[in-house]
Amino acid sequence: MSIFVNKDTKVLVQGITGKEGSFHARNCIEYGTKIVAGVTPGKGGQKMDEVPVFNTIEQAVRATGAEAALIFVPPPSAPDAILEAADAGLRLAVIITDGVPTIDMLKVLQQISCYDLRVIGPNCPGVITPGEAKVGIMPGYIHRPGHVGVISRSGTLTYEVVAQLTALGVGQSTCLGIGGDPVVGTDFVDCLAAFEADPQTHAVLMIGEIGGEAEEKAAAFVKAKMSKPVVSFIAGLSAPPGKRMGHAGAIISGGKGTARAKLDALAAAGVHIVEDPARIGATVRDVLKAQ
Amino acid sequence: MKLHEYQAKELFAAYGVPIPRGKVITNPWQAYEAAQELGGERFIVKAQIHAGGRGKAGGVKLAQGVAETARLAEEMFGRVLVTPQTGPAGKKVNKILITEAVDIEREYYLAILVDRNAKKPAIMASAEGGVEIEQVAAQSPEKIIIEHGSFTSDLPSFVARKIAYGLGFTGKPAGACAKMIQNLYRLFFEKDCSLVEVNPLVLTKQGDLLAVDAKVGIDDNALARHPELRGLRDYDEEEPLEILARRYDVDYVKLDGRIGCMVNGAGLAMATMDLIKLNGGEPANFLDIKGGANKQNVVNAFKLLTADQRVEAVLINIFGGIVRCDMVAAGILEAMKEIEVKAPIVVRIEGTNAQEGRRILQEADFPFVVADSLADAARKVVAALPGGAR
Repeated sequence: MSIFVNKDTKVLVQGITGKEGSFHARNCIEYGTKIVAGVTPGKGGQKMDEVPVFNTIEQAVRATGAEAALIFVPPPSAPDAILEAADAGLRLAVIITDGVPTIDMLKVLQQISCYDLRVIGPNCPGVITPGEAKVGIMPGYIHRPGHVGVISRSGTLTYEVVAQLTALGVGQSTCLGIGGDPVVGTDFVDCLAAFEADPQTHAVLMIGEIGGEAEEKAAAFVKAKMSKPVVSFIAGLSAPPGKRMGHAGAIISGGKGTARAKLDALAAAGVHIVEDPARIGATVRDVLKAQ
Repeated sequence: MKLHEYQAKELFAAYGVPIPRGKVITNPWQAYEAAQELGGERFIVKAQIHAGGRGKAGGVKLAQGVAETARLAEEMFGRVLVTPQTGPAGKKVNKILITEAVDIEREYYLAILVDRNAKKPAIMASAEGGVEIEQVAAQSPEKIIIEHGSFTSDLPSFVARKIAYGLGFTGKPAGACAKMIQNLYRLFFEKDCSLVEVNPLVLTKQGDLLAVDAKVGIDDNALARHPELRGLRDYDEEEPLEILARRYDVDYVKLDGRIGCMVNGAGLAMATMDLIKLNGGEPANFLDIKGGANKQNVVNAFKLLTADQRVEAVLINIFGGIVRCDMVAAGILEAMKEIEVKAPIVVRIEGTNAQEGRRILQEADFPFVVADSLADAARKVVAALPGGAR
C-alpha cells in the first residue's frame, strides 16, 4: 500500500514534447512508472521515445486507460490543463508548473470541485512511492521503500530529509510535495488523512514553512484524528516578516504565519517537533524506535 | 508587488471608490503649492513607504493650514522611518501624499484577501477600524465579519449588503458601503491583487464614506498579464541587490548577518538560514538559485551573493536533483574568474553528480572548505567567520 500512486498507476504527461516534460517523463519511466501517454495539442500521432502522443487527454484515456496526469505546461495554460484532466475523468493531476496566478488556482479548484479529481500542486516536486512509481521531478535514487510518509511544502528540502532518512536506513511509504503556493489542490490535512488510513505508513514526517495556516490546521487534525506519530520541521524560524522567501506562499504577514506559532500549535497537538534541520531524519528514526 | 498608498488610491479612484482629495509630492518645496491647490484648512501629511505602522513612527501628521503642512512635509522628507514592518534599518521617505483632512464620525476596517485554507476569496470587515486588525482579531474576534466571495469579479449584491448592514450602517451609507465593497472586489479580481485593504474606511460627519487609507498588493505570478501595473514598481523601496536578483531570475532577500548563503530551493534555503542561526551565526541573505537553474544563473547568483559588502563567509548548500552539482561547481569557478573573493567558502553538495562537483572544487585554485553534511557545513561556516561568531 501507499497513497495516491503505486506501480499500477497509469500516468500521462501533459507537455511531454517540451524540454522539461520529455526529460522528466524519461526519468519517471526509468524509475519504473507506467507512463502510458503524452498529450500535446497538435502533436497527436507522434511518439516521445516509445510513448504515444495524443492531441487531447480524452483520446489518450480512451487509447491507454490513463488515470493520472503529470503536468508540465506554462503557467497561463495550467488552469486549462487541470480542467481537461477533470473533464476526461482522471483521478489525479500533479502540477509541477511554478508561477500560476493565485486567482487562477482559486477559480479552477472551484470549477473542478464536482469532479473526483485530486490536484497536487502547483509549484511542487510531485509524488513518489519508492520502488513503485515516481510521478514528479524528484531524484528517485535517494528514496527507499519503507514505512514513513513524507509531506512537504518544499522541493529540495524534501530531498534533503528523504536523504537523511534513507542514510539512516529508514524507508518511506510515499513522499509528496504539496507545493509552495498560497493556494494548492491538496493540503497537509488531505495527506495526513490518507497516511492515517494507509497500513504501510507507520509514521508521518511533515515539513512546513512560514506563511498561511496550513500547519495550524494540520495540528488540529493530528490532535483530533491521528493515531500514528507525526514529526514536524518548520522552515523559516530566521525569516524576517513581510518578505516573500522564494515560494509565493512563504511570507509572514500581519504577524501571522510565523514558524514559532506553527511549532507551538504542532507541539500542543502532540507532534514531535524538530528545530535543527540536520536532525530531522534522526528524530524520525528515534520516534519509530520508541513505538 | 507592493504599491504605495497613493498608487492604491489611484486604482481605487479608477474603480469608483471614493477617496479624500490629495496630491503626491516628491520634493519638499512642492508641499506648499500642493496644499494651496487642495484648499481647505486642515491637511494630512503622509509618508509613502512600503510598510504599515507609519502613524506611530511619525509618518502621518495632521497639519493646520498651508504653512504648517509645508513645514511638516519638509521635516518628513528624507527621514528614515522605523516601524514594526520595516525592520531595524527603517525606510527612507522619498514621496509624500498630502490629502485633505476629513471630519471623522466613525472608522471601519475593510479588506479583500485570499482565505488560503478555504481556498476562496474573502471579505473581512470590522466596525473597529483605525487600529491594527491583528489586535482586534486577538482581543475581540467576534467583532470581525468574514464573508467568502464569488469566483468572478462580480460579488453578489447580497454579500456586500450583509457586510454593510453587519457593520451597522443604515440608510444612504449602507448603500454606499455595499457599492464600495463590490467595486473593491472587482479591483481585487481584475488586477490580480493579493490584498486590498482599507483602514480606516471613514464615515464622515457629513455622511460620506471615504477610503482614507489604501493598501494594495499585486500577485507577482500575475504581473505578466498586467503590463499596465508594471510602471508602479518603486525601485527606491527595494534593496538594490534584490532588484538585480530579479533581473538574474533568482530569489534573493537581503538580511542583516555576515554569512552569505547560496542554496537551491526555497525551503532548503530557509532551513539553511535557520541552521546558520542555530549554530551561532547570522545569515546575510536568503538566496534560492531555483529549480531550473543553469550555469549562468549560478554565476549570477554567486556574484550577487558576494556583492554584499557585509558577507564575511559563504555557505553553498546544494542538493542536486534536476540541478547537477558539477554544473553548480563549474558555475562557481566561472564566477570566481571574474570577481575576487576573499571570504572563506564552505561547500556542501549532495545529490546528482555530487562527487564530480566536489572534485571540481577541490582541484580548483581556491581553498574551498568541503563539508559532508548539513550540520558539518553550518559548524564550519560559523567557525570560518573572521573573529568567529559575535
